[in-house]
Amino acid sequence: MSDIMTSETEMEPGLPHGKGRSLWADARRRFLRNKAAVASLVVLALVLVFACLGQLLTPWSNEEIDWNLLGMIPQEGGPSLVNRHYFGVDETGRDLYARVVQGTRISLAVGIVGALISVVVGTAYGAVAGYVGGKTDNAMMRFVDLMMSIPYMFVLILLLVIFSRSIVMLFVGIGLISWLDMARIARGQTLSIKNTEYVEAAQAIGVSTPTIIRRHVIPNLLGVVIVYATLLVPQMIIFESFISFLGLGVQEPSTSWGALINQGAANLRNGTPWMLGFPLAFFVVTLFAMFFLGDGLRDALDPKDR
Amino acid sequence: MTSFILRRLAVAIPTLLALIVFSFLLMEFAPGSPFATERGIPPEVMANLEAKYGLDRSLVERMAIYVWNIVTQFDFGPSFAFSNRSVNDIIAQGFPVTLTYGVWSFIVAVAVGVSLGIIAAIRHNSSVDYAAVGFTVGAQVLPNFVMAPILVLIFTLWLGWLPGGGWRGGQIEYIILPVIALSTSYMASIARITRSSMLEVLNANFIRTARAKGLPMRRVILRHALKPALLPVVSYLGPAFVGMITGSVVIDVFFSTGGIGQFFVNSALSRDYSVILGITILFGALTIAFNLLVDIAYAWIDPKIRY
Repeated sequence: MSDIMTSETEMEPGLPHGKGRSLWADARRRFLRNKAAVASLVVLALVLVFACLGQLLTPWSNEEIDWNLLGMIPQEGGPSLVNRHYFGVDETGRDLYARVVQGTRISLAVGIVGALISVVVGTAYGAVAGYVGGKTDNAMMRFVDLMMSIPYMFVLILLLVIFSRSIVMLFVGIGLISWLDMARIARGQTLSIKNTEYVEAAQAIGVSTPTIIRRHVIPNLLGVVIVYATLLVPQMIIFESFISFLGLGVQEPSTSWGALINQGAANLRNGTPWMLGFPLAFFVVTLFAMFFLGDGLRDALDPKDR
Repeated sequence: MTSFILRRLAVAIPTLLALIVFSFLLMEFAPGSPFATERGIPPEVMANLEAKYGLDRSLVERMAIYVWNIVTQFDFGPSFAFSNRSVNDIIAQGFPVTLTYGVWSFIVAVAVGVSLGIIAAIRHNSSVDYAAVGFTVGAQVLPNFVMAPILVLIFTLWLGWLPGGGWRGGQIEYIILPVIALSTSYMASIARITRSSMLEVLNANFIRTARAKGLPMRRVILRHALKPALLPVVSYLGPAFVGMITGSVVIDVFFSTGGIGQFFVNSALSRDYSVILGITILFGALTIAFNLLVDIAYAWIDPKIRY
């Protein structure tokens, strides 16, 4: 990373953007050449539009029960344009399309919030540990090791049971663990940035440690951080879906992909395959796109690491 | 080596104690009494109940007794929801089931994953390689809770080959689907890691030397390339183990195996705190012990590590 974003921008105040922009433009060109990554970006944009505006296309809300279909859902409840249940209805007669829209919102929000927490906390933590070094580094990274050696899913479920199951608690729990990997990655990168000439120069002219970390270390970490953040989003979504699949995550009438897949799976034997199919398709396609996007970004921003 | 193991133990044991204390304290924050009912209990009965479960003592005393009983007698105390069962009974009933398919899943994931990775690396850029890469990419989006319903849909409902749930004392046809569902995503990760590290090793100078002096490819791979190529795989085993232990909860619930995860989720839904606590600590201890083993194995395999 450090050899792509060289120190010129920091060292020559007269040319604050010249070099830096060309490097980002370089990354953009590499990214646009990767067809799978660009296609993934388009897919993700469509999913996002679906989450934001999808509700406008249907007269049904995610809580409303269609009484006309109750009792004959396996026969009449499938996807249909006539009664405007585009994805069919779930086992209690609620519109599945509206529920998928809502589940998509929650799952994407969980993924994005988790990744944001990991970027902010993990980057700062890793940069400080790596830059300060010595005993501080040792203690800080030991703490990360310790947190990682605990099966956090169980601790999180314990938290959810004790402090009631709410979406806020879910975010807190995800935030508690999502930054650990990022802290490790940021620390590793910082160790190599620390020995570069521009940091040495900054030290030589007497810049304070917090300023060096903020102005010189963190900006140069960004490329790697962005790459891993995009790879973290799907992990967070899987994480939340896991908990919701067990019925311990989001609560009715809210829903998420995991909760919807769980409902579909529970109704597998009732002849209602659409209840599993639509949420599963959204889950799989979105996650696929996110992984490809992450790969594309990695090739664009971090060509060393393939 | 001994001092290295002792040092790791010096970290692992406090970690475990910290986990126990932390989980225990969390339970203290839990609202309400485990015996609270809608009709209310006469104070005398309540006092008796609290005395029976030791709840009339101070927090520190109770915690000390709890930890002491676990450490000395492996006793996790009584269940609050079932008056006639202890947490130990529940663990004794559910754990063998989870352990059976868990061990199988782990073996399958490592054996198939490593073989697949090695074959893909040896036949780099062949159709086998592309198939392996396709599998590893695809399996990333197929975590256990996605695999399980898909497998049941195909093998139980469409083909009718295998039962979609139950256990029956661990007959082979009841184990197959849980093992596939649990191991697939980890198998893919292991295959991906093995493939990329094997490719890197095969490009190294010492491999070229071995080839140049006329060793057959099979021998080069088994004698020279395998050990360094497996190092990243060994360090991935820890996270894989945690993931599988966690995933077993989904498998137990979805396939109704009667394993420990089913008890865990039922207890979580019915707020049976002592069972949740006991299972969390049990799995925490297993994870920490396994990580310790991986650390020792890694130090033993990798000559570069100083201990």
